[in-house]
Amino acid sequence: MTNTGSNTTVSPGGLPSRRNTEMAMLIFAVLIPVFAYANVGLAKDGALPAGMLGYGLGLGLLAGVAHIVVRRWAPYADPLMLPIATLLNGLGLVLIWRLDQEPSITTDQTGGAAAPSQLMWSTLAVALFAGVLVFLKDHRVLQRYTYISMATALILLALPIFFPAKNGAKIWITIPGVGSLQPGEFAKIILAVFFAGYLMVKRDALALASRRFMGLYLPRGRDLGPIIAIWALSLMILVFETDLGTSLLFFGLFVVMLYVATERTSWIVFGLTLSVVGAVAVASFEPHVQSRVQDWLDPMQAFKDGSEQPAQALWAFGSGGVLGSGLGQGFSRLIGFAAKSDYIFGTVGEELGLTGTMAILLMYGLLIERGIRTSLAARDPFGKLLSVGLSSALGLQVFIVAGGVMGLIPLTGMTLPFMAQGGSSVVANWALVAILLKISDTARRPAPAPAPSPDAEMTQVVRP
Amino acid sequence: MNKPLRRIAMFCGLLVLALLVRDNWIQLVQADELKTDPKNRRVAIERYSQPRGNIIVDGKSITGSTDTKSGDFRYKRTYKNGPMWSPVTGYASQAFGANQLEALNDGILTGDDDRLFFNRTIDMLTGKPQKGGNVVTTLNAKAQKAAFDGLGDKKGAVAAINPKTGAILALASTPSYDPSSFAGNGDSDTAQWSKLQKQENEDEPMLNRALRQTYPPGSTYKVVTAAAGLESGEYDLDKATDTPDPYKLPDSQTKLGNEGSPPCKNATVRTALQYSCNTVFAKMSNELGNEEMIDMSEKFGFNDKELDTPVRAAESVYPEDNKPQNAMAGIGQASNRATPLQMAMVSSAVANNGSLMKPYMVDQLVAPNLNVVEQHKPTEMSKPVSSENAQKLQQGMETVVEKGTGTSAQIPGVTVGGKTGTAQRGVDNSENPYAWFISYAKGEDGSADVAVAVVIEGSDALRSDIAGGKLAAPVAKGVMKAVLEGER
Repeated sequence: MTNTGSNTTVSPGGLPSRRNTEMAMLIFAVLIPVFAYANVGLAKDGALPAGMLGYGLGLGLLAGVAHIVVRRWAPYADPLMLPIATLLNGLGLVLIWRLDQEPSITTDQTGGAAAPSQLMWSTLAVALFAGVLVFLKDHRVLQRYTYISMATALILLALPIFFPAKNGAKIWITIPGVGSLQPGEFAKIILAVFFAGYLMVKRDALALASRRFMGLYLPRGRDLGPIIAIWALSLMILVFETDLGTSLLFFGLFVVMLYVATERTSWIVFGLTLSVVGAVAVASFEPHVQSRVQDWLDPMQAFKDGSEQPAQALWAFGSGGVLGSGLGQGFSRLIGFAAKSDYIFGTVGEELGLTGTMAILLMYGLLIERGIRTSLAARDPFGKLLSVGLSSALGLQVFIVAGGVMGLIPLTGMTLPFMAQGGSSVVANWALVAILLKISDTARRPAPAPAPSPDAEMTQVVRP
Repeated sequence: MNKPLRRIAMFCGLLVLALLVRDNWIQLVQADELKTDPKNRRVAIERYSQPRGNIIVDGKSITGSTDTKSGDFRYKRTYKNGPMWSPVTGYASQAFGANQLEALNDGILTGDDDRLFFNRTIDMLTGKPQKGGNVVTTLNAKAQKAAFDGLGDKKGAVAAINPKTGAILALASTPSYDPSSFAGNGDSDTAQWSKLQKQENEDEPMLNRALRQTYPPGSTYKVVTAAAGLESGEYDLDKATDTPDPYKLPDSQTKLGNEGSPPCKNATVRTALQYSCNTVFAKMSNELGNEEMIDMSEKFGFNDKELDTPVRAAESVYPEDNKPQNAMAGIGQASNRATPLQMAMVSSAVANNGSLMKPYMVDQLVAPNLNVVEQHKPTEMSKPVSSENAQKLQQGMETVVEKGTGTSAQIPGVTVGGKTGTAQRGVDNSENPYAWFISYAKGEDGSADVAVAVVIEGSDALRSDIAGGKLAAPVAKGVMKAVLEGER
């Protein structure tokens, strides 16, 4: 392996830590949501909202604490991720607060105002973020917990089966007094840890022991075991929890990591084949999935048939146009149920317009690509696999939910990372970013020499 | 491991790119379509977010808007004296859409019309809410009131026209409805609406009888037959018509007589109009033939599917038919049908010396800043009879009012011409007949100021041919008086 070309983040002389850059960007990342907050208040009531100072200070405090923690415990970490996460989280809070102003979707049945609890969860998330940075000295520690991770992930994924379905999908566990959790959000990270650990050990076997057939490298039967197992797991999630998105996310995550670990295109072919077969098979007998596909194919007909949301979301986007209606001046409340969570992107579309929506999408893109860049820069295979896994999980999730809301793909219930209402999502995604930052810190740190661990690049085999 | 990593980076980039492309597709390419989709509630929210422009009669608005202060739809339509004006305005309801003038001029009333683009832009730049323009009608409030009050609780309709311009002065229909009652979108609006529907209400209050309902015209049609007769040159006002009484219908054994025993045998056209002789006009229609009768009817506006005032009137028909039916059509008792507006047009063409002006009821469309966006110019629709023959017809119709069946329409000091009619209904006249009266009144300068047609669904007591004179003529008289008084 050589780090040539654009991959300059690990030049031997070391880099400036870029912490000041991060701080400068963080100031913007706090100011922009504060302006947005003021904007909503002015549009709605013609006055600056009363909670503006508190909100601004709160967000600033969270960002400041996060920044100080990064400065102290991950000084060489990527400077872009924290500002992007802060900005997305801040804008998400504003949008949720803005939707809280709509009485029709802020009823007692829907839990009343959601912004205060979202702020509380964000605080908790930043605390966990700091915790990860402080206590996870080295991401490679996680490698030790490969199989524990697997077990934990399986338990987390299986748990919702025992809880009642909400709105057609069993993805919540309800703890009386605390509220609902979406374990899938945490399972995303834990599964990435498991895959990274597992594949790091097995990658040679998976990559080398294969037969060539029609230009593809067919893996041995016993190596197929894990991929079949994960495939079956995804299908089970789909069948028992009727959660198309999570199923797609986990399977996609696994295929991506498998491909990176083995460098074998055949795994992608296998992965795609299996997911198509699985999706078609399940769709053929699962009415929930079928109706989602129908709604996607013809949202206007679905609207007439009573499934209003896909069409309502499209109308929100269309009505926003290029510049948007302005914060607080749209009618995305018409989306109704889940306007603050799964469908929050509709509000972005209507009130911020094409311009704002593209900016948000590009920020996600930037966050994802910074994650993959971290992976490129990482010097240990576990770190590489873990960071690419986490980044692509984020990428897939954004694609699945934003694509679903925009009608690009059938809609599946999922939260838009950082923006959507939902405590589990915010906490999990901040933890995800913390791990990425930690890996990035290790990668960019001007270390004297690479760790003496089995170095991936040394064992890499030239293609036969 | 870096090569697959770069590919994954590209893959994730492609995912984001796909989202960006899709976003551009729905927010740029399809944006207008989605934004203006009628099912998109924003369209309706926007539509009702500001007061609607008004419909104006005699310089005063007969409509209004009220701030409901609740729900998505802020302003709802109100109507002043809704039942009286509903045949003119139509309705504009949040729940049930709009019709007639409200629908046809929606762009002006909401301010969305392309011609108001400049106003909108100025409003947008100066931060003012969009405003709607007004629709100025030709109607005459006094005439409308006379028509509506004259009809009272009877079932019927009145149409009055200014013969010189075609301007519609009155358009009443009873029983009527109040469009205010269902202008909103609440439960009570729905209840009111369904109460007015045909299924629930056999009186059909929402039917605009003056424009949208056709009736057999009965004896009033004899004016058209007389016009065709005079135009053919075969007949003259005071020339005997060589008509037997009773008259045997062609190709038939049926003998057609007259009501009572009027001097219809061999009567002149004038006398035949005066006593409303069935025999004379049936024979005349037969001798002129179906083709000529159709021709004359069409000149008066029959068989026109697109008579727009701008509210489209139902098509009045004079069809192709066999000889006996054509003869009966000459006295308005066969398959020919006319709207009250159509019969007012007949009267108006006669009164305007043979020139039929295109009827219209919107004089001006006015922008919110009171600039005139559109001004109607009176146009001649056709010239069914020469002015000479028209004057002869006037003499005949004036004789009817002076000493014939229409004496109850006399107005002291005013020249009034008219024609009664009683269209029989059902087998052997078993149902209540339609009482008709068409007339015109001349102003001080000797030219006609108003032409009226009245139709009333008669009562049991009045089956004879005098029903038109008894029931309908007084209503027409009231309308004519109201117009003439307004002129002075």
